[in-house]
Amino acid sequence: MQSFAYVNATSVDKVASLLGRTWDEAQVIAGGTDLVGELKEHLISPKRVVNLKTIPGLSYIRQDAVALRIGALTTIADIESNPIVQKQFAALSQAAMVIASPQIRNVGTIGGNICQRPRCWYYRSEDFPCLKKGGDRCYAVAGINRYHAIFGGGPSYIVHPSDSAPALMALNGRVKIMTSTGPKEVGMDDFFTLPETSVRRENILKPNEIITEIILPNPTPNAKSLYLKVRERQSIDFALVSVAAMLTVVNGVCQEARIVLGGVAPIPWRTPDAETFLRGKKISEAVANSAAEAALEGAKPMRDNAYKVTIAKALVRRAVMALG
Amino acid sequence: MSRVHVQARINGEETEFLCEPRQSLLEVLRDVLMLTGSKEGCNNGNCGACNVILDGRLVNSCLVLGVEAQGKDIQTIEGLATPDRLHPLQQQFLEHAALQCGICTPGFIVAAKALLDKNPHPTEPQVRHWLAGNLCRCTGYDKIVRAVLSAADAVRDGR
Repeated sequence: MQSFAYVNATSVDKVASLLGRTWDEAQVIAGGTDLVGELKEHLISPKRVVNLKTIPGLSYIRQDAVALRIGALTTIADIESNPIVQKQFAALSQAAMVIASPQIRNVGTIGGNICQRPRCWYYRSEDFPCLKKGGDRCYAVAGINRYHAIFGGGPSYIVHPSDSAPALMALNGRVKIMTSTGPKEVGMDDFFTLPETSVRRENILKPNEIITEIILPNPTPNAKSLYLKVRERQSIDFALVSVAAMLTVVNGVCQEARIVLGGVAPIPWRTPDAETFLRGKKISEAVANSAAEAALEGAKPMRDNAYKVTIAKALVRRAVMALG
Repeated sequence: MSRVHVQARINGEETEFLCEPRQSLLEVLRDVLMLTGSKEGCNNGNCGACNVILDGRLVNSCLVLGVEAQGKDIQTIEGLATPDRLHPLQQQFLEHAALQCGICTPGFIVAAKALLDKNPHPTEPQVRHWLAGNLCRCTGYDKIVRAVLSAADAVRDGR
């Protein structure tokens, strides 16, 4: 690990002044479970690491009449065990439960979870100067690409590793960001960015901005949600494919659907064709199958990852049947 | 880079140390404080061999920076036994032969301690779910799970 200065931030208002204009200047640390790995592997060498944990009042789960508000420093373990989240925001609680290991959930934060860097094995090895590290190519294109993107790839083919992000997107979440000129809010749908717009980053955050809060609108009375994850091992593993879904079903008829795939694209991947298809349909096996086909329409598997299409279809089908 | 002065409570004792910001808590424990019971396995958060309890929460000390220990309460494997008595988890790991090479053992015992602190009577599935962040390449895990369940019984029975 390269040397760096360690600075404790003390307030949201002053954090921008501690951060830098470039990512090489300063990086933030919250739980650190991703950042420390990146430092050790020499993927990043910031001059300064700014600790956010010393900012008071950023760890909370509060519900008011319109929304659930989760402070950015709230740990995954605290979200997993929160009874309101378990009862009303099942997709998030189920996603939290399958993140990494108990040790990592104990320190990893919700803000950090949605800002995780890619797990691509070419990105994670300092021996491969890939596009994500300022190099000239994505090694997954000609290399071993069994864990890479089937949607939204090019010029980089990483997949977004977060479990909570697809759930927050399915739950129609918003992200509150502190910028150098004050706070702003964006929908989860607008937070993530594809490699075609920003090949080195996965979201809109600038080097001097931090997430301060996640906002989830309270679910409507007939809305139900879930998160399903397929991985190679039963724990400490990222999704091969996952699905987060929220469906509003009245008398067996789907009124509203939000279905988001994880592990298949450089960002959590909304499936608008499946969502549109489901609206107004009475839920059945046949409808669930058609929704699954619609969700995977346009998938572009690489040499080694066509299996993800099969898994994703099965997960969408299961999600629709379970929520229908 | 200049070193930072850190104060923490380690195994019940007020402790001070100097470390560089780039040193992990595991490096500080092993190389600065000579508490070598916590092991370095993967050094990236997969194996749990470096587990310690930080302010009541089980963590991988390889993913925590030493400077982040400022003001914290830390329990390591060295803090479990008293001079005349092993902790029930240590005793049950011995009695169940729940180890072979032993490098994962301190991590498993600290992880199990964190579980029993929160949930003194876990079910077998709860033990397995909780120990999912610890890797053992020798035992096949079954003896470890039996040892933890027996230790829970031993604590309950005051043994």
